[in-house]
Amino acid sequence: MAELQFREAIRAAIDEEMAQDEDIFVMGEEVAEYDGAYKVTEGLLDKYGPKRMIDTPIAELGFAGIGVGAAMNGLRPIVEFMTFNFAVLAADQIINHASKIRYMTGGQIKIPIVFRGPNASAGQLSATHSVSYDAMYAHFPGLKVIYTSEPADAKGLLKSAIRDDNPVLFMESEQMYGLKGEVPDEDDFTIPIGKAKVKREGSDVTVVAHGKMYHVATQAANKLKEDGVEVEIIDPRTVKPLDMETIIKSIKKTNRCVIVDEAHPFGGLAAEVGYLIQREAFDYLDAPVQRVTLPDTSAPFAKNLFEEWFPSPKEVIDAVNSVTYRK
Amino acid sequence: MAKSKNGENVTFTPSGTAIRNNGKVERSTELPGTTNKKHKTLGFSEEDLLDIFREMYLQRRFEERAMQMYQKGKFGGFLHLFMGQEAISTGTVRALNDDDDIITAYRDHGWGLVRGVSPKEGMAELYGKVTGCSKGKGGSMHFANVKEHFWGGYGIVGGHIPLGGGIAFANKYKQNGRVTACFLGDGAVDQGAFHETLNMAQNWKLPCIFAIENNGYAMGTAVHRHSVGELVDRADGYGMKSAVVNGMDMFTVYDKMKEVAEDVRKNSEPWLLEIRTYRYRGHSMSDPMKYRSKEELETYQKMDPIERMKNYLLDEDIADQEKIDSIQDEVEEEVMEAIDFAEESEFPDKEHLYKDVFVEDDYPFHR
Repeated sequence: MAELQFREAIRAAIDEEMAQDEDIFVMGEEVAEYDGAYKVTEGLLDKYGPKRMIDTPIAELGFAGIGVGAAMNGLRPIVEFMTFNFAVLAADQIINHASKIRYMTGGQIKIPIVFRGPNASAGQLSATHSVSYDAMYAHFPGLKVIYTSEPADAKGLLKSAIRDDNPVLFMESEQMYGLKGEVPDEDDFTIPIGKAKVKREGSDVTVVAHGKMYHVATQAANKLKEDGVEVEIIDPRTVKPLDMETIIKSIKKTNRCVIVDEAHPFGGLAAEVGYLIQREAFDYLDAPVQRVTLPDTSAPFAKNLFEEWFPSPKEVIDAVNSVTYRK
Repeated sequence: MAKSKNGENVTFTPSGTAIRNNGKVERSTELPGTTNKKHKTLGFSEEDLLDIFREMYLQRRFEERAMQMYQKGKFGGFLHLFMGQEAISTGTVRALNDDDDIITAYRDHGWGLVRGVSPKEGMAELYGKVTGCSKGKGGSMHFANVKEHFWGGYGIVGGHIPLGGGIAFANKYKQNGRVTACFLGDGAVDQGAFHETLNMAQNWKLPCIFAIENNGYAMGTAVHRHSVGELVDRADGYGMKSAVVNGMDMFTVYDKMKEVAEDVRKNSEPWLLEIRTYRYRGHSMSDPMKYRSKEELETYQKMDPIERMKNYLLDEDIADQEKIDSIQDEVEEEVMEAIDFAEESEFPDKEHLYKDVFVEDDYPFHR
């Protein structure tokens, strides 16, 4: 095992894959000369040269589409968005084109492309830089969506995403790039897309949390342990396809569930998982499923309001107390 | 109506069919001249010309019959007809190599037919049958024959322009010498995707021809009502090579396209072409065409590209009327066979609903 920062784990995945496949290239804003807006691609220009590390203009719609076209015609692009908040400008290419071209040409075309970059909020950046998009893209058939919480998951799943012959959205977080974690140094370490992981075992309540919210859930679980409440945390890691089997198995053991999601409440991952739990494990539930999400408002700038807006360990504790009828 | 300070009516989009010279009926596009070159100079044999005429007439007759079947309620969806623009597809395909790449928008029937979609597969796609070129999953707007480098028709205006750039990007990356021709309508010129792609294409020296088929109207909005200045002048902003081409004459399209494709192949630099043409039918089948005059339509129909080719064949004694008739009869028979084939073909099985969403057959769909 090696201890790597999140950004180093992502870089290692890109580097290892680029080394073994000439058709892989990286394009995006500031990925080459600047060494990456968040230093994820640092050093890759020196190693792979300007043919395979391509700085784009600030034109998300255009370069996302050029990536899709290049993937159609035999390359394996890794398209970096400086944040998925900017990828909204490229939504036509992701939603109308990448996800649908194979289907509407009756399978004549494959599109092996990875769209990656940070998702959701990164502190006080106000409304347009703070949205979580994983569930939105998961809504559309033809896309796979990954949002990981730890460096090892990031490395293993990004390598799988790059090798996948379908469009994959791989989401990260500005606030996690410096986070360190143990990453297996085994040769060619990969994690299959679509597998959740039980990251903490417990018998009293199941908490489902991914991305940055995994860490919020962990803080809450540590506190709850002091009160004798054993939390089982499941990190879906892949949002689509969603591994409900692992979640349901846990709920059959704990009989209670809280979902923590860094998205707004309406139609998000928390809503979907909640629905599936009642369908698949209704008779096992001892309390209604609760969720902790962003409120149905945009991100405020003011520090106090932002803290109120962002899901906190306290909200998770309250939700756990509610489903365990402790308070 | 609201008045401005100097007493004029306040308007935004210029209105009316004659916006540049008050009151006079004006053609939506001005056609540049045609080439004077004869077929021998262009490298066509007499046999080639008969094939070309056949190819052009097939595109026309296929759509005339498709229109009838649509009106009879044989199939649904949209039907955007290409009639009037056949010189462009025919001239382009002859000018390009067989492995050069073509991508276009939703007015794509002609493009499919000249790039290996058989009339049967085309008609079956219109009918939504499993024997269609896209297995009945794409319909009129999504003909494709990727094996023969026709990447398909695309239904979002301007959405395929970056795809064309990306196909060219991959060709440059692989240094395979292939040229990409990305066709778009005049309406797509107003989309941001057009600007973003042309900027990158020029900056990155992509081997791509961006060819506007300016048929005078973005749906029902005349070109001078939706776009400032001349479309071809957009190229100047990118320092891109450009030309205006008469799209009603197959020889002219072929001649220019050949020259441009050779330049792109040699120098790996993009071009912007504005090919001026005219569509005879409405935007789609539901279009009553109130935005243009009958006189304008008739003016263009007098320059019909297929009549023009037919007259050339007759004038140059390459074919007599009997030969022309027999070609037309053969085409008619082929199109009628295609209709029979489409009608007799099966619809896709229910299992096709979940096919070709992902590469894997066993993808665990959310249910």
